[in-house]
Amino acid sequence: MKPLERREALWGFIFISPWIIGFVLFTMLPTLATLGLSFTNFSLATSAPLAFVGLKNYQDMLADPQVWASLEVTFTFAAFWLPMTLIVPFMVAVILNSPSLRGSSLFRILIFLPYVIPFVAGVLIWQNTLSPETGWLNEGLRALGWANPPDWLNDPTWIYPGLVLVGVWGIGGAVIINLAGLQNVPTELYDAAKIDGAGWWGQMRHVTLPLMSPVIFYSLTLGLVEVMQYFLVPFVLKNGTGEPGGSTYFFNLYIYKSFFTFQRMSYGATLAWMLFVITLVLTLALFASARRWVYYAGDRNS
Amino acid sequence: MTAADATVAAERDLGEEVVKPTKRSRPLIPRLRNTGRSFLLTLIVTCLVAAFLAPMIQSASLSLKSRDQITQPGAPLWPADPVTFDYNGRTLNVYQVPINGQTLSLALLQPGRTSSTFVDPADPTAPPITWQGSWRALTRSFTFAPHFENFSEVWDLLEYPRLLFNTVVIAVVGMIGVLLSCTLVAYGFARFRFPGRNLLFLLLLSTIFLPAVVTTIPTYVVWRQLGVIGSPNAAIAWLPLLLPTFFANAYDVFLMRQYFMTIPREMDEAAALDGAGPFRTLISVIIPQSWPVIIAVGIFHFVYSWNNFFEPLIYLTTQPELQPLAVGLQRFNGIHSREPSLLQAGTLMTLVIPVIVYIVFQRVFTRGVVITGVER
Repeated sequence: MKPLERREALWGFIFISPWIIGFVLFTMLPTLATLGLSFTNFSLATSAPLAFVGLKNYQDMLADPQVWASLEVTFTFAAFWLPMTLIVPFMVAVILNSPSLRGSSLFRILIFLPYVIPFVAGVLIWQNTLSPETGWLNEGLRALGWANPPDWLNDPTWIYPGLVLVGVWGIGGAVIINLAGLQNVPTELYDAAKIDGAGWWGQMRHVTLPLMSPVIFYSLTLGLVEVMQYFLVPFVLKNGTGEPGGSTYFFNLYIYKSFFTFQRMSYGATLAWMLFVITLVLTLALFASARRWVYYAGDRNS
Repeated sequence: MTAADATVAAERDLGEEVVKPTKRSRPLIPRLRNTGRSFLLTLIVTCLVAAFLAPMIQSASLSLKSRDQITQPGAPLWPADPVTFDYNGRTLNVYQVPINGQTLSLALLQPGRTSSTFVDPADPTAPPITWQGSWRALTRSFTFAPHFENFSEVWDLLEYPRLLFNTVVIAVVGMIGVLLSCTLVAYGFARFRFPGRNLLFLLLLSTIFLPAVVTTIPTYVVWRQLGVIGSPNAAIAWLPLLLPTFFANAYDVFLMRQYFMTIPREMDEAAALDGAGPFRTLISVIIPQSWPVIIAVGIFHFVYSWNNFFEPLIYLTTQPELQPLAVGLQRFNGIHSREPSLLQAGTLMTLVIPVIVYIVFQRVFTRGVVITGVER
């Protein structure tokens, strides 16, 4: 390395050092500590001496019915949640991008608005709107002729659609990303598709969707990471009880409760590490699948 | 043009309106034909957006209702009080009475099982009107009456000024931390070549995928063992929330780096020829050209911090007097869940400031979201 290059590298490291220190202190060491704790009997609640217990926590985990129940809750909810976070923002963006729509920038501002509302406030607002008797949603459904609309947040059958409705308020960011993606699709491609006789669906299928696949991939990946950690909305609604009928006993809620409520800290760490591994495997699988379906226009040689 | 190109092209003008529909110029006749379609589409979207925001309107309406109205059957959706009428020193309830095919607002003078007598508040001197039917089946008359005193009640119950102060201090100090650290780190990644740079940048971005709980558990244990959690001193108790902001984060570094990379290197080189060192260049060349991104990151963090719930919850559980609004509101929900008007008033008081910030800076928000989202 020449002295000038060494000087430049040194400055580079000096400037990024806050992040390196922070990464080591607040990310790397804690992550390793979580792994380490999972092999111990650590708890702040008991005075029992700290001991290495090998794989005991992992054996407990595999034999713990709540682990499997919570995983099932998390994955079932993901099956409701992920399609919503992909399809709704995409469709909203397609509509907002329509040249026939007037006042589209005002609509965009209004659709993004709930995104900045504090999450606890949003949950409490929706709790009111989804209330079975006085909520406007059910008032509306009754007016449309549904005599007994669901008790969204207290019925295990309807709780996931209810939570997805609450989640619709968070689509603002995804709508804007989708909208920007749509506007980057070159108009010539639509013209070419029209000459080839493609209708609305043909253009969507052969032009819009392939060119939007990086955006869809990005939304899917972040949505997956987010849904695996999901628990705060029902945590506020149900005070962390997992009601109704255990349907909101999400995996992350179980971690939280193991750690803070049951004070089984090393067990909580084991579950947290498990969540990390599951998320990592799913994310890597997604990245591996990306070659097959994500079209990168950035590969400019195509 | 690819997504990446568009982002780079758009990045320089963060304040500009970039996301807007592509309007293609069309010949006149099809345009006229499209007017009807355009009107219909706009109407449908207006209805959908109204439905989307309806929960907020219901919340606002409920926050202005009196306790009486909530338990009153047949009460309207808007904040209203039942109408009464003073008649010869008595306070009479006013009902909607159907008489001769029209509905009149009449004050109930003499209730009876099968027939009742009413007086007309518009003409109290006229003889009382006798009406056949069960008065219990009638609905009360209501008049629009917003109860703004709900807000002043919540102001005290929630200890709003104190929580507001906590929220603002945590948000502003965190904002300073994020701006200082992310500017330095983004500058390092944008302008200097060093071994492992791409790998480190990838590592930085991959922290987005790490579930927060993985790092939370040991971090919590350490803060607790250090006696920070539960400390009566705000500056110490808030450390777990504030200290990490001084060590940069993936989203904001990414946003700033993308922006810095669009500033021509020739300007750095010119500054270097004048004898400016890297710090001098950052302060006199990069920062003066980067106000849009600096403002964006600052506002993003402000709103993020305002809305952050989980970390303040676990670190400040035992100290209500040090909690920010988001946690205070959840506590309020636990105590006053049977007072829905007060709860919604508290909710609105919690969200009003981020909403104002958003409305003022909404273009900045849009640009920031687009850069972090489309680029990858």
